[in-house]
Amino acid sequence: MSSTFDQIANIIAETCDIPRDTIKPESHAIDDLGIDSLDFLDIAFAIDKAFGIKMPLEKWTQEVNDGKATTEQYFVLQNLADRIDELVAAKNAAPGA
Amino acid sequence: MNLDYFTLIDRIVDLNLDEKRITVEAQVPVAHTIFEGHFPGFPIMPGVLLTEAMAQSSGWLILGVLKFERMPFLAIVKEAKMRGFVSPGSLLTIEAKLEHEGSGFAVTKVKGRIGKELKCSAELTFGLAPFPDPALRVHMDAMANKIGFPLQAITHD
Repeated sequence: MSSTFDQIANIIAETCDIPRDTIKPESHAIDDLGIDSLDFLDIAFAIDKAFGIKMPLEKWTQEVNDGKATTEQYFVLQNLADRIDELVAAKNAAPGA
Repeated sequence: MNLDYFTLIDRIVDLNLDEKRITVEAQVPVAHTIFEGHFPGFPIMPGVLLTEAMAQSSGWLILGVLKFERMPFLAIVKEAKMRGFVSPGSLLTIEAKLEHEGSGFAVTKVKGRIGKELKCSAELTFGLAPFPDPALRVHMDAMANKIGFPLQAITHD
């Protein structure tokens, strides 16, 4: 089974037509890969579907805008993978999961 | 359809918020200047207007699901297929289903038919934003009333 990072990288490569081998765990989705907000909608849809979650993009964006978080915490891909793992774990731990 | 005001949906036939789907009707006008240019001697609905009709159908569905708390704005059009000509005077029946409600966005799959014949389909993504102006909210309420939006569907859970 591929890692969360690999799954995200594959989604980004396919969605944004970015060569897969240029997408690294330390890549920043916005600053390094040039992904804009519209492309990120597409990526979010694909990630939500692939992992059965709802990434809280609006909450994350608000935290960044309020200075409570940095974009690196959510948009460096290894960090994004970690956040997704947390969301999946929370979903699986929820009653009825 | 009132093409001059870009209101393409005439009535909501069914809104099922449990299944997150909507069915609407859109009556293509018999005559309009658009048909004089598109095309002389062979008038058909432009694909962009069919796409807009699918987007507006989806929009009413999303407004219902969100209880009019946010306004959907069309952001991405995927897999838009114009599968057959739509002539003046046709009655389009459009069905939209909410495929996914994400954080700040929603995705629908939509199909437009004349009778049983599939004429257009698409997957559409919308950004969801607070109403940017109170006048827009007032307008949407008025439009909802005009096209028979079942307000009881969003006031009873």
